[in-house]
Amino acid sequence: MSGIFSKGAWLKVWTYRSTFGFGLLNTLETALAGVLLAMMIGIILGLMAASEKKILKGISRVYVELIQNTPLLLQICFLYYALAFSGNSLGIIATGMISLGIYHGAYMAEVIRAGIEAIPKGQSEAAASQGFGYIGRMYYVILPQSIKIILPPMVNQVVNLVKNTSCLYIIGGADLISLTYSFVTGATTGGAYAPAYLVSGALFFIICFPLSKLASVWENNLKKRDKKVNVAGNKERKVA
Amino acid sequence: MIKLENINKYFGELHVLKDVNLEVKEGEKLVIIGPSGSGKSTTVRCMNFLEEPTSGHVYIDGQELTAKNKTKLVRETTSMVFQQFNLYPHMTVLKNLTLAPIKLHHKSKKEAEELAYHYLDVVGLRDKAHVYPTTLSGGQQQRIAIARALCAQTKIILFDEPTSALDPETIQEVLDVMIKLAKENITMVVVTHEMGFARQVADRVVFMADGQIIEEGTPEHFFTNPSNERVKQFLGKIIR
Repeated sequence: MSGIFSKGAWLKVWTYRSTFGFGLLNTLETALAGVLLAMMIGIILGLMAASEKKILKGISRVYVELIQNTPLLLQICFLYYALAFSGNSLGIIATGMISLGIYHGAYMAEVIRAGIEAIPKGQSEAAASQGFGYIGRMYYVILPQSIKIILPPMVNQVVNLVKNTSCLYIIGGADLISLTYSFVTGATTGGAYAPAYLVSGALFFIICFPLSKLASVWENNLKKRDKKVNVAGNKERKVA
Repeated sequence: MIKLENINKYFGELHVLKDVNLEVKEGEKLVIIGPSGSGKSTTVRCMNFLEEPTSGHVYIDGQELTAKNKTKLVRETTSMVFQQFNLYPHMTVLKNLTLAPIKLHHKSKKEAEELAYHYLDVVGLRDKAHVYPTTLSGGQQQRIAIARALCAQTKIILFDEPTSALDPETIQEVLDVMIKLAKENITMVVVTHEMGFARQVADRVVFMADGQIIEEGTPEHFFTNPSNERVKQFLGKIIR
């Protein structure tokens, strides 16, 4: 019996490299569509949650609580099997995109709501007193200030979403994790557990690490810019 | 110019305005005084619907202010200066001043900037056009906020305790600007604790306590010969 890190095991992974490539491609495709949908849902529901209308707040609240307090796996299964058994199957990839979008949309909505609510009420009042409507207040005054609060946790959600494509395994997805699992348990390809999972993990890392890094660099730059603004102002004050 | 008719306002169970009736004539300088929690700020905030009255009517320039027309009517008729300045921290002073003229009053960038520099001269802060508000002292920020209110060129400016958040040594510079404004034909409604200012510029002083207007009259009447016991008590405490 060969060791788990044997040359043969690595070779097997190399031979089936296209399987991993295909899985990665599916994961990225699903994640990309999922992120777009999650952002759309997040922006709409986040704005609703931060609005003054009780009904809109309520709808947003119910959505967020329902989605955040049930497992993603359940939501995927529900969307896939419930529709499949009623004869309206969306297909695995589409199910993945939609369910991940819906799930992370709830988290994005919370991120956006928190970002908006972090801005002092006086800002919105000042804009209202000038005669800006809701959209103008958001667009010119609130969101430009919220964005640096929103961005880092939002990128976090994107990273989580990429990783959560692995949940598609439950409905027989063709994402990276599902294909890795099929590979290591397959009748003809099985056995190369360690190399296969290492490769799969490395691929995830290559996608997710730069994203996480981007978030922190972004955050630091924004902080630095704020500091610069203050320093410049102080100089000005001394001169004056 | 402004007419409040039987205004009642509740915050939950709290009855903060009790059947308030008040009329402000064009060009009049009205000062509202009274102990804290008496409903002064709420009264002035009802005049631009930052607070919507629970019952009663607000008329501006003969038109009834409603939830539907508030954005447009407020934009055309009133500006406000706040206790906490509420300048937009993500914009330079110049941008703070030109935002509403460009986006709401359809001025060109050039016109808006000329206007901004004109009013920066009025408040004596032309050299601060390109700094960010957070780099300025409280008094300077409030003078910028007054310039911002002037840039809308509305007939009415509402002042909600404009000097209450300031260091004692910067209060006078803000009051000086307001005294200068009082010579123009702008309708000013000022909530303040500055009795010297009230005495100097008010055409009429209104005293509020417990959500009601208890006494109103000329400054002379107020400060030399108040008839109401509650007013006497208050003035006795505040003027040393």
